[in-house]
Amino acid sequence: MDYFLELFCSGLTRGSIYALIALGYTMVYGIIQLINFAHGEIYMIGAFVALIVAGVLTIYGFSGFSILILAMLIAMIYAAAYGYTLEKIAYQPLRNAPRLSPLISAIGASLFLQNYVLLAQTPDFLPFPQLVPDFAFMEPIAHIIGSSELVILVTSAISMVALTLLIKYTRMGKAMRATQQDMVMARLVGINVDRVISVTFIIGSVLAAIGGVLVGSYIGQINFYIGFMAGVKAFTAAVLGGIGNIPGAALGGLVLGLAESMAAGYISSAYEDVFAFGVLVLILILRPAGLLGKAVKQKV
Amino acid sequence: MMASMKRSILVALWFVFLTFPLMVVRVNTLKNTVEWRWLNMVWVFVGAFVLHNLWRWALDKRQKSRKKAELEDGAEADLHIGQRLLQEPKLYRPFLLGLAVVALLFPWVLDVYQVNIMVLALIFVVLGLGLNITVGLAGLLDLGYVAFFAVGAYSYALINQHFPALGFWSCLPIGGLIGAFFGIVLGFPILRLRGDYLAIVTLGFGSIAKIVIENWEEFTSGAKGIANIPRPGLFGIDMSIEGATIYTYYLMVLMVLFTIFVTNRLKDSRIGRAWMALREDEIACVAMGVDMARTKLSAYALGAFWAGAVGVMFAARNTYINPNSFTFMESAIVLSIVVLGGMGSIVGVIIAALVLILMPEYLRAFADYRMLVFGAVMVLMMIFRPQGLIANVRKTYAYRRAERGENHG
Repeated sequence: MDYFLELFCSGLTRGSIYALIALGYTMVYGIIQLINFAHGEIYMIGAFVALIVAGVLTIYGFSGFSILILAMLIAMIYAAAYGYTLEKIAYQPLRNAPRLSPLISAIGASLFLQNYVLLAQTPDFLPFPQLVPDFAFMEPIAHIIGSSELVILVTSAISMVALTLLIKYTRMGKAMRATQQDMVMARLVGINVDRVISVTFIIGSVLAAIGGVLVGSYIGQINFYIGFMAGVKAFTAAVLGGIGNIPGAALGGLVLGLAESMAAGYISSAYEDVFAFGVLVLILILRPAGLLGKAVKQKV
Repeated sequence: MMASMKRSILVALWFVFLTFPLMVVRVNTLKNTVEWRWLNMVWVFVGAFVLHNLWRWALDKRQKSRKKAELEDGAEADLHIGQRLLQEPKLYRPFLLGLAVVALLFPWVLDVYQVNIMVLALIFVVLGLGLNITVGLAGLLDLGYVAFFAVGAYSYALINQHFPALGFWSCLPIGGLIGAFFGIVLGFPILRLRGDYLAIVTLGFGSIAKIVIENWEEFTSGAKGIANIPRPGLFGIDMSIEGATIYTYYLMVLMVLFTIFVTNRLKDSRIGRAWMALREDEIACVAMGVDMARTKLSAYALGAFWAGAVGVMFAARNTYINPNSFTFMESAIVLSIVVLGGMGSIVGVIIAALVLILMPEYLRAFADYRMLVFGAVMVLMMIFRPQGLIANVRKTYAYRRAERGENHG
């Protein structure tokens, strides 16, 4: 039973990270129907920035919680800046191009960012400092759920609630929903669509950076390539929940994380990644609209 | 002037800010030391300043040429100089002749090392031409193309292990056919998917193929790879390594010629036109009575056939294969070849493959930056020249009135 609970908790942890990244995919897809291939790279850059900030702060004698907060904040700021710039360079000039063009541009941007980090930093795995301290009150159940896992669960829950509130109750959220429904109409009623798109990229990137920092601290090492797998899996989660659908992304992430954790624990861990892809292919064939999505009829 | 200068400086400062933690700081978390590389900051500033001006200039130019195209509605677009060269037999015949002479003499002038690299470049030419069928002609973005390449290479290696009697020459078509078979098997479930979903599913297939090869120890001998794969044979004559390399080179040249011949014929055939129609507008194409399933599957199968066949060649050239030769990187390289060359354009793809594969080999300093440049090239090409270096010219019927000399398309 303990083994099951342990798998369950690690599945939830994984799942909430997938969900955080998947939200970025889903929001961008909802508004401009583009798979932002470079989203995983933003997550990776977030983790790298946090690692660098934490490293510098440790040397200058900061300690404990202040490092975690500062590293997280700066990583979020930088991820937002990268997301914004990425959209301006690689996607905005292609707003009216055929659909294949922004997709190829996104793949190019992803390759570029990966290799940029590889060249500017290192091709090797870097040890990531443990930013989350081991809480004393977690001691009795530490074999089932660790302190970092708890922090990941709580942080992602807070982020998702904050995002929902933002989209439901702020002016910008309203503008985002309007743009998602009909971009031309939104423009007609005076919404600055370009700004809405920028803000969408920024929010998605911030969420990805939160995921990146938490994963780095949880797993304990990062390299320039971690964004690729995380990106593909988060995309799977987004499709699983129904792409363009925000609660769907959260649900998809959790389902995928749990399923993967169970499969790795009870079947075989070597084929873990195959399993995620298998889920993706099956979903696309059997229920392309996803768990919570509505099937959209294409009009001619 | 002043305003644009100010803007460029602001953009450059933004990039200095953006790249600061990654370019300037390098921490060593084990030894607890920080390395500050302030010089990089200057490079980023200067680079961003120059690039921003270039970027603005190029965007302006793009805008102007679009306006011009709109004004001259219906006028024939100017042919690119490369295309004009291709359409004029007087110009391209001597060029082709020269190329043939160079190709023939190449292995006798340069040493084995160069020939070996050339063989690799030719392998990528065939891969590019194969992917050109799927992506360029039929518009099905395939990010897992390397899986078929791997299937071909492993089928030769494994057939050779278990049935050595079959030899290279029977394996070449078998590898291609197995590749095509996988193309159909994988293509079947994803027929209904469009552009972006298709891309991610094929990406998944590509990764699954690699993971399976890596983990299925009993069958593929896993990450160790398979060694001692025989080179292509010539009536059982024993050849030195040098001789075998030159022989492989000529085989590759023949294979490239054959691929060019086939893809060229396919392009103008009924099925080729169906592919292009499907690429342009799927709904209209199906409404015109084109069988979507057959058209898509044939594009997949034919693209995969070339990857499989050239995979056999690759295994024979290397005499050793392991899963690391078949990563997403290879798929990305082949895709950037097709994008850079011009989707659907055969000449463009060949030139792009030669440039992209040979350049990092000869410019060693460039080799590290290879993938960085490929990524940037993919973005820039999509923005500024989506039709590629040498755009594909579609065959059109021109209706000419001789007496008036008018030329309306």
